[in-house]
Amino acid sequence: MNLRPLSHSVLRSLAPTSVRLGGRSFKPDSWGVANNQEVWNLPEENNVTWVIGGPQGGGINSVAETFAKACARGGLNIFANIEYHSNIKGEHSFYRVRASDKEIRSHVDWIDLLIALDKETLFGDIHKEFPTHEGHRNEVSPGGGIIYDAALKLKAEDIGRPDVNLYPMPYMEVLVGALKEQGHEKELSKYQVMANTVTFGASIALLDYDFNIVADSIKQGFTGRKAALGDLNVNAARHGYEYIKKNFADGFPYKLNPIKPTQKRMVMRGVQAVGAAKFKAGCALQTYYPITPATDESEFLEHYEKDYNIVVVQAEDEISAILMAAGAAHAGVRASTSTSGPGFSLMSEGMGWASHTEAPGPVIILWQRAGPSTGLPTRTEQGDLQFVLHAAHGEFPRIAIAPGDAAEAFYDTFDSFNYAEKFQMPVVVILDKFLASSYQTLPILESLDLKVDRGQIATEADLATNPAYKRYEFTATGISSRALPGTRGGIFRTTGDEHDEFGHITENSENRVKMMQKRMRKVQLAAEMIPDTKKANFFGPVQADVTLVGWGSTKGAILDGMQDLEADGIRCNFLQVRYMNPFPSELVTKYLASARKKILIENNYSGQLGSIIREKTGITMDSKILKYNGRQFSQNEIYEGIEESTKNGVKEAVMAHA
Amino acid sequence: MLELKDYRTKVHNDWCPGCGDFGILNAIQMALFEMKLEPHDVAIFSGIGCSGKTPHFVNTYGFHTLHGRSLPIATGAKLANTALTVIAVGGDGDGYGIGAGHFVNTGRRNLDFTYVVHDNQVYGLTKGQAAPTLPKGEKTKSMSAPAIVQAINPIATAITAGYTFVARSYALDVRHLKEILKAAVLHKGSALVDVLQTCPTYNDINTKEWYAGTELPSKAPRLYKLEETGYDGVVKNSDDMNEVNQKKLQAMAKSFEWDEKIPIGLFYRNQQPTFEEMIASRIPVFKEVPLTKQDLYHRDVSPIFESLT
Repeated sequence: MNLRPLSHSVLRSLAPTSVRLGGRSFKPDSWGVANNQEVWNLPEENNVTWVIGGPQGGGINSVAETFAKACARGGLNIFANIEYHSNIKGEHSFYRVRASDKEIRSHVDWIDLLIALDKETLFGDIHKEFPTHEGHRNEVSPGGGIIYDAALKLKAEDIGRPDVNLYPMPYMEVLVGALKEQGHEKELSKYQVMANTVTFGASIALLDYDFNIVADSIKQGFTGRKAALGDLNVNAARHGYEYIKKNFADGFPYKLNPIKPTQKRMVMRGVQAVGAAKFKAGCALQTYYPITPATDESEFLEHYEKDYNIVVVQAEDEISAILMAAGAAHAGVRASTSTSGPGFSLMSEGMGWASHTEAPGPVIILWQRAGPSTGLPTRTEQGDLQFVLHAAHGEFPRIAIAPGDAAEAFYDTFDSFNYAEKFQMPVVVILDKFLASSYQTLPILESLDLKVDRGQIATEADLATNPAYKRYEFTATGISSRALPGTRGGIFRTTGDEHDEFGHITENSENRVKMMQKRMRKVQLAAEMIPDTKKANFFGPVQADVTLVGWGSTKGAILDGMQDLEADGIRCNFLQVRYMNPFPSELVTKYLASARKKILIENNYSGQLGSIIREKTGITMDSKILKYNGRQFSQNEIYEGIEESTKNGVKEAVMAHA
Repeated sequence: MLELKDYRTKVHNDWCPGCGDFGILNAIQMALFEMKLEPHDVAIFSGIGCSGKTPHFVNTYGFHTLHGRSLPIATGAKLANTALTVIAVGGDGDGYGIGAGHFVNTGRRNLDFTYVVHDNQVYGLTKGQAAPTLPKGEKTKSMSAPAIVQAINPIATAITAGYTFVARSYALDVRHLKEILKAAVLHKGSALVDVLQTCPTYNDINTKEWYAGTELPSKAPRLYKLEETGYDGVVKNSDDMNEVNQKKLQAMAKSFEWDEKIPIGLFYRNQQPTFEEMIASRIPVFKEVPLTKQDLYHRDVSPIFESLT
């Protein structure tokens, strides 16, 4: 990929070359060199970033997700992510779909084709007393295109991007034409949201993509009683498609063509991966209290409640949510709860109780968002890592896993149920808004070999020969066999007070020491039993100029960014830490002890993983690349950040693309 | 053959001598015995406070949970294994104060369980502060000044929350309490049994003598039994909203009687679909087999993956 990152400021400083409207007077030599030195990414087939922006409630999600699916069905890889406000209707949101025939795991900060559903998508809200953004017109790459509503009556100078192809189209006029064809022209108010589909069709025409694949993907979104609506939408898209073909010359340089997929692939996002893993693991009860961005996962589970006999309970608060799940785990089923930072804060006391009473769970899925407090409720951040490791008073065992993408989220969530029951402690799976909502093409995940391990359960037969059953028996491993309530002979007590082997309260000092050691020993056991291959991933050559260190959802951008660095001759490798507790100290030491230049990359203010590595191994990072504006790193930001660090010696680079 | 002693444990009991908790403990053990419930089929959940220790003294599965949080844990356990008889016990501070949100919402769901609240108007284990049930203006001996906030009315709150069995009894009338508990456990749905109880250490107002009315001019006991006055709180036709509302209002009116005449007994009862039944209306297998007995561990997720292609 002939890719050179271009920062926001560089994009703005591009010298206008000539005015081009609707693809006329398109001159390939007028783009490619910018700012005298930066070489722009040359348009190549099957490598496009497509963005649709508009007011919330304007239907950008359905169009973008349909586009992503249509690309995937044509054999292309996609990476799609959304930015939206904590608002129901009206605020600006945008959905970015990157499509390529190469593997892509992240987004870039430029736009090759922008669909503006409204004026704000172009210019932002700078006219307001308290403006919040400047729109996307300056993010469009030279030679890229903008589809906008001709009814806005904008002149090319208004848009101010003579280096960009402009495609004004009268949205409502085209939509009315489509509706008229099917006898619905009198119902414009009912169907006007379908302007989004008209623009979608227009974009397909510019990209020269196969309209039939798109039509099938649209129809797939409208099944059963809604099938007729599917036809209406296909027709609207076709009218947009034809408008472009009829009114503009074919000169848009970014093209998408279906290729033959090597294997069947899914378009999956994090909440679906986690949900599927819960079904596979045998989760019987999911509890939650509504919170962005975690709720989507519970709704996904509820959608399949009849297929998998899962009970999903909306609790009165997160305190109740975690404790219902802990009670269910003690009672003998696999249970989980999902939340975000504010809810997890409320859960901390319950997590302590679950661990202290050696409950076989619950599995807690933490979809981080930008905190503290309400923070940026619809934006991403990796700000809760240290909190997860220290949440609640006192010292108690817990397992914390941080998958880096949807596939890892599936496998780590599956494992978390096995570990919760085997080691009888809560397991926290740390994810974030970016992973929750970003779609990615993935091969169908291998799930047949996944085996449920329920740990040591005392059956009625076992208990018949054990008249003095001890639920908290001291053992070499720290694990005691658990009886399930309802089992004859297994009666036990459990208490959040310190307790003896039977679960009765005692303040005996020797017992306290033994019980603390028993519980904490289980973390050591988990450290020994969980294979290193799950605890951390290492990518790239053993010896490298730069060693990148990160965790969680930054994985995709780091892996993609590494390719750009390698193209520049910078040899780099990447340590992705996945288990936060038990922490793979030896493994991390092995990879980092001899690393030449260690660069920490985190989506937070303080570099929390860096602190943990220092605490556990004594190794200090040489520099940091951080981002805490509520948005995820892009591929080009990884490149830019590393350049700042390696060429300019910046110890702490703070990235800020929106 | 089960005997009463099969419901007792040998765990040292550290409640104060003369504590009302003993009456409640005995009544629970006697009720379980008389109902012939197998100890291993019963799970008792408690919060924090003196009453929180109850599970250690009853020979059933026992969960001593967090302050105010027994109901969510009991809810989760019951949903996991609907075959369990679930009883929660707690103090008035635990249930009506720190746990008030769970108290209300568990009743809304009408989970099939029994909630026994030790209502002695004070926080015992933290040495005598006002509980949410202490009437405004009252001052017990360890308080420096009288209470300046209203007391909660547990009976009225439970009825508006959605409890479908709402009763009150008295810890020192073990026979009455035992019968109420049996009816509460048999009731399908959320049952609240608010138990008036003496705290000989910290509550020097609502004492055994106070309840007996010895200082009243009439010398008549303050407590009287609703069932002895011809009061009927049972809804006969649950579909008749007029009857349901009338029975609720009647019970709430009764619940505000205090001071010289305090009613105990069954205030309100209405057979409604339980939370478990409502879940089963969406997931039919839930009604037939408890989740703990279902094989959920060999699921095939390939249809989900297929739908994402």
